[in-house]
Amino acid sequence: MISIETHNLTVSYNKRPVLWNIDFELPTGSIVGIIGPNGSGKTTLLKAIMGLVPTSSGYVKIFDKDLADVRQRISYVPQRESVDWDFPASVMDIVLMGRYKKANLMKRISKADLEIAAEALEKVNMLEFSNRQISQLSGGQQQRVFIARSLAQGADLYIMDEPFVGVDAATEEAILNLLSDMKKEGKTVVVVHHDLQTAKDYFDWIVLLNTRMVAAGPKDEIFKEELLQEAYGGKLNVLSKVGDLMKEKAFNVREK
Amino acid sequence: MNSTFQFISFSDPNVLFVVLGTMILGASAAIVGCFSFLRKRALVGDAIAHSILPGVCLAFMVSGSKNPFYLIIGAFITGWLSLLLIDGITRTTKIKSDTAIGIILSVFFGVGILLLTSIQHSGNAAQAGLDKFLFGKAASLTKDDIYVFSSIAIVLVIVVVLFYKEFKLISFNPDYAKVIGLPVRFLEFLLATITVLAVAVGIQAVGVVLMAALLITPASGARFWTDKLSTMILIATLFGAASGFLGSYISYIAPAMPTGPWIVMCLSLLTIGSIWFAPKTGMLSKFRVQKENNRKILIENVLKLFYHLGERTNGFKDERSTTALLETRDLRIKELQRGLNLLKQSHWVRKKGENWVITESGLTEAKRIIKLHRLWEMYLNQRLKLQPDHVHNDAEAIEHIITPQLEIELEKELNYPTKDPHESIIPYNE
Amino acid sequence: MEAFWIILVGSLIAVSCAILGSYLILRKMAMVGDAISHAVLPGIVIAYLLSGSRETLPMLLGAAFLGVLTTILIELFYKKARLQIDASIGITFTWLFAIGIILISLFAGQVDLDQDCVLYGEIAYVPLDLWVTESGYNMGPRTVWIASGLLLLIVLFIWKGYKGLFITTFNEEFAKALGIGVAFWHYALMGAVSLTTVVSFESVGAILVVALLIVPPATAYLITTNLKKMLVLASIFGILSAFGGYYLAAAINGSIAGAMATVAGILFGIVWVAILMQKRRPSKTAINYLD
Ligand SMILES: Nc1ncnc2c1ncn2[C@@H]1O[C@H](COP(=O)(O)OP(=O)(O)OP(=O)(O)O)[C@@H](O)[C@H]1O
Ligand SMILES: [Mg+2]
Repeated sequence: MISIETHNLTVSYNKRPVLWNIDFELPTGSIVGIIGPNGSGKTTLLKAIMGLVPTSSGYVKIFDKDLADVRQRISYVPQRESVDWDFPASVMDIVLMGRYKKANLMKRISKADLEIAAEALEKVNMLEFSNRQISQLSGGQQQRVFIARSLAQGADLYIMDEPFVGVDAATEEAILNLLSDMKKEGKTVVVVHHDLQTAKDYFDWIVLLNTRMVAAGPKDEIFKEELLQEAYGGKLNVLSKVGDLMKEKAFNVREK
Repeated sequence: MNSTFQFISFSDPNVLFVVLGTMILGASAAIVGCFSFLRKRALVGDAIAHSILPGVCLAFMVSGSKNPFYLIIGAFITGWLSLLLIDGITRTTKIKSDTAIGIILSVFFGVGILLLTSIQHSGNAAQAGLDKFLFGKAASLTKDDIYVFSSIAIVLVIVVVLFYKEFKLISFNPDYAKVIGLPVRFLEFLLATITVLAVAVGIQAVGVVLMAALLITPASGARFWTDKLSTMILIATLFGAASGFLGSYISYIAPAMPTGPWIVMCLSLLTIGSIWFAPKTGMLSKFRVQKENNRKILIENVLKLFYHLGERTNGFKDERSTTALLETRDLRIKELQRGLNLLKQSHWVRKKGENWVITESGLTEAKRIIKLHRLWEMYLNQRLKLQPDHVHNDAEAIEHIITPQLEIELEKELNYPTKDPHESIIPYNE
Repeated sequence: MEAFWIILVGSLIAVSCAILGSYLILRKMAMVGDAISHAVLPGIVIAYLLSGSRETLPMLLGAAFLGVLTTILIELFYKKARLQIDASIGITFTWLFAIGIILISLFAGQVDLDQDCVLYGEIAYVPLDLWVTESGYNMGPRTVWIASGLLLLIVLFIWKGYKGLFITTFNEEFAKALGIGVAFWHYALMGAVSLTTVVSFESVGAILVVALLIVPPATAYLITTNLKKMLVLASIFGILSAFGGYYLAAAINGSIAGAMATVAGILFGIVWVAILMQKRRPSKTAINYLD
C-alpha cells in the first residue's frame, strides 16, 4: 500500500519554485529518509505534504485520500528550532498537545489523554521530566518531547523534520529504536535527514532531493555514487535560471 | 483662493515660521528614519518619542524654565536612557525585543504623563505649553524654534554626510562591517544619537504618538521607488518636507484642523500612493506585468494552435476556421478571438474571408514556442527524470518565459535534440 | 469610597489587560497590541458620530471593528506590499490615530472627546458617572459594571479557549497540521484586545492601556515558567499597579493612569534587578544599542 503520493508537486516562494515537479510514491510500514543538501527543499516538501504551504501545481495524496480526510492519522514533528523554548509550559503540557483535536478543543483534558501522554513520555524515556519546564531542557530532551507529543497522537504516518539534529549519540540511538518499533507496528515514518553517512543504516527507503527529485526508491537502489553525486553536486543551472526568471517576471508555474 | 495666495506669499511671518519649521522637522526625521527603517528598528523610534516626555518634564522641573535648549537636553537624556534600557532588557532576560520596546515606551510615557499632570496641577504658570511635546503644536512655532531646529537639522545632515558610507554598511551588512573592523559600536552610538535628536525636535510638530510616522512612513514609501540608499534618502526627505508643507497649509486654510495629524495623513497617503504607483515594485505595475504575461500567453497559445493543426495536416499555412482552431485546445471562443486580433496587429496572422492564415513571421514565432515547449519537456525528462506523461503541463507555462539566451543554453545542454519525449519533432529555425 | 471605586475599576481593567497581554507577549505581538490600542480611536469617534452619544455598545462595536481592521491593514502592508513588519505596524497605527484626531477636530462640536482624554483617560471621574436604575436605585459607577462585564467575558474566553490559545501560541504550524483554525484564534484574540482597549479608553486612556497590556505580563514572565501562574501573577502585578498608582497620583497630584503605568514600571524594575542580582548571567550577545 502507498502512504504518501506526490504528483507533479511544485512549490514556490514568491513565484520562484523551490521544489520542481516532485513525483513519488512511498510504501507503508517503512522508514523513509528524505535526504538532500541545505536549502534543497526538504522542509518545504514536508510542509507541502502537511498543507502548511500553498502548492503551485500538482497534488498530494495520503493513504490515497486528501489530507483533510486523513488528518487524524498523520502526525507532524516540526523542526525543533521552529518554536520558542522559553515558552512557559511544562513537558507534560507540550505532550498533551498531541491529544488536541478540533473536536475536543473546548473540552477539558481527559484522564485517558493524560495516560496516553504519560505512556508516550515513558517511551522516549522522559517520564521523570514530565513536570520539568521546557525552558530547562537540553536540545536532545526537547527533541524527545516533540517525539513524545507526536506519539501521543497515535497516528499511522509520522512526518519528522530533522529529529537527529543537535542530539547526542545516546538520544540518536533511542530515537532510532523508537522508529523501528513504530515500523514493527506497521506505521510509516518519514524523516528529513541530511547526514549521508548514517542514512544508509537508518532508512529502508530514500528520497534524494535537490530542488528537484533526484531519485526515490529502496535504499540499495539509491545509494549509488552517481545519484549521490547528482544530489549533492549542486543545483541545475538552467533550472535555477528559469526559477529566477519566474520570480523576476512574476510568472506562475501554471497558466492563471 | 485668496487664503492660498496669502499662505504662499508668506505675508504673515508666522506662517513662514510654521511652514519652514514643519518642513525642516519632516525632512530631518525622514533622513534619520531611513536608517532606522533599513536596520529594522522602526518601532524603536516610537519608544524614543514616548521616552522624551519625562525628560522634558524633568528638565522643566529642574531648570524651572521652558528654554528649548534645556528641554531638548532633558529629552535627549531620557531618550538615550530608553535605548539603553531596551538593550539591557533584551540582553539580560528572555524578554524579546518587541516586548522590551513596549515596556519602555509605555512606562516612560506613563512617568511623563504623571510628571506633566503634576506640574500642571501645581499651578506653575510657566508650564503652559509644555504639552506641545505631547500633541505637537506646529501652528505656534516661533522664530527661536526655527533657529534651534535648523541648527539641529544641519548637525544631522553633516553627520549623515560625513559617515554616509559607514552608516550604509551597518544598515545593510552589519556583520561585514564588524569583520572589516569598522567601529560598529561607535557608529551605532552616533546613529542612535542623531535619531534621538531628530525625535526630540520632531515631536514638537506632531506630538509623541505620531512621531513614529515622521521617521518610518517616508522611508517606507521611498523604499518602493529605488534600491539605492542615496536616492531613497532624497525621496524620503522630499516626502517629509512636502508633508510638512501640506500639513501646515491645510491647517492654515482650515484653522480648526490640527497640523500634526495632517502631516501624518499626507505622509501616509504618499506612502500608500507609492505602494500602488511606484514603477516596478508598485501594485499597479505588478498588475500590469500580470496582464502583460496573460497577453503573451494568450497570443503564443493561439499561434501554437496553427502549428499543431499544420503538423496534423502537413500544411502550416492552410486556412483555418475558428471552429477548427478550437478543436485542439480548451479555449473560450472570446479568448480565441481576442488572441487572433492581437496576432493580426503584429502581422502574425491574416484574415481571409471568415478564416485565418498564419504568416511567415507568425510561423517562425510559432516554431520558436513549440521548440521551447518541446525542449523543456526534454529537459524535464532528462534532467528531472520525469515520465513523459508528466512533463506537458509544466512546459505549457515555461515555454512562455524562456529568453533567447536561456534557449541557447538549453539546446546546448541537451545537445540539440531532434525529438521530444513524445517523439514529436522539435522545429529549429534556420 | 471614591478611592475604592477608582482602584476597583483600575484593577478590573488591569486584570483584563494582564490576561490578554500575556498572550500578546508570548505571541511576540506586544507592539500589535500597542498599535490596536491607538488605532481604535477613529472607530470610537465614528461610533460616537453615528450614535450621537457615549453609548457603550456602538463604541464597543466601532472599536472592535477598527481593532480587527488594524491587524488586517498590518497584514496587508506586510504580506501584499512586502514591507517589513515593524514598519507595517508603525505606519498603520500612526495613520489611523491621525485619522482619529482629525475626525475629532472636524466634529469638535458633536464629539465630546478631547485629546487629553484620548491619551490618558479620566479615571478620576469614574465615581461621578453613576448608574441609577429607573426606580432610582443607585447601582454605583457605570464603569465598574462595564469593566466587570469585560473581565467576565475575557475570563470566559480564556477558560473556554485555553487549549486553542495555548497551542496556536506555542506552535502555530503544529496547530495547523492538526486542522485547528489558527486564523480564528488570532482574530478572536485581536477582537478581545480591541474590546479591552475601548473599555479602558475612557478610564486610563489609549496609550496607558499599553502599559497594562505589556508590563505586568512581562514582569510575570520573568519569574515564572508556567502559563497559568503567569496569568495569575500578571493579574496580581496589574492590581498592585492600580493600588500603587492611585496613592502615588494622590501624593504628587498627577494623573492616576500615568501613575499606574509608573508603578507597573517600578514593579518590573524591581523584579528585573532582583533577577540580575540573583544570577549574574553573562551577557548573551555582544552589546547592541538599539536591539
Ligand atoms: N518562507 C520562505 N520564503 C522564501 N523562501 C524560502 C522560505 N522558506 C524557505 N525558503 C527557501 O526555499 C528553499 C528551500 O528551503 P527549505 O527550508 O525547504 O530547505 P531544507 O532542505 O529544509 O534546508 P535545511 O537543510 O537547511 O533545513 C531555500 O532556498 C530557502 O531559502
Ligand atoms: Mg529544513
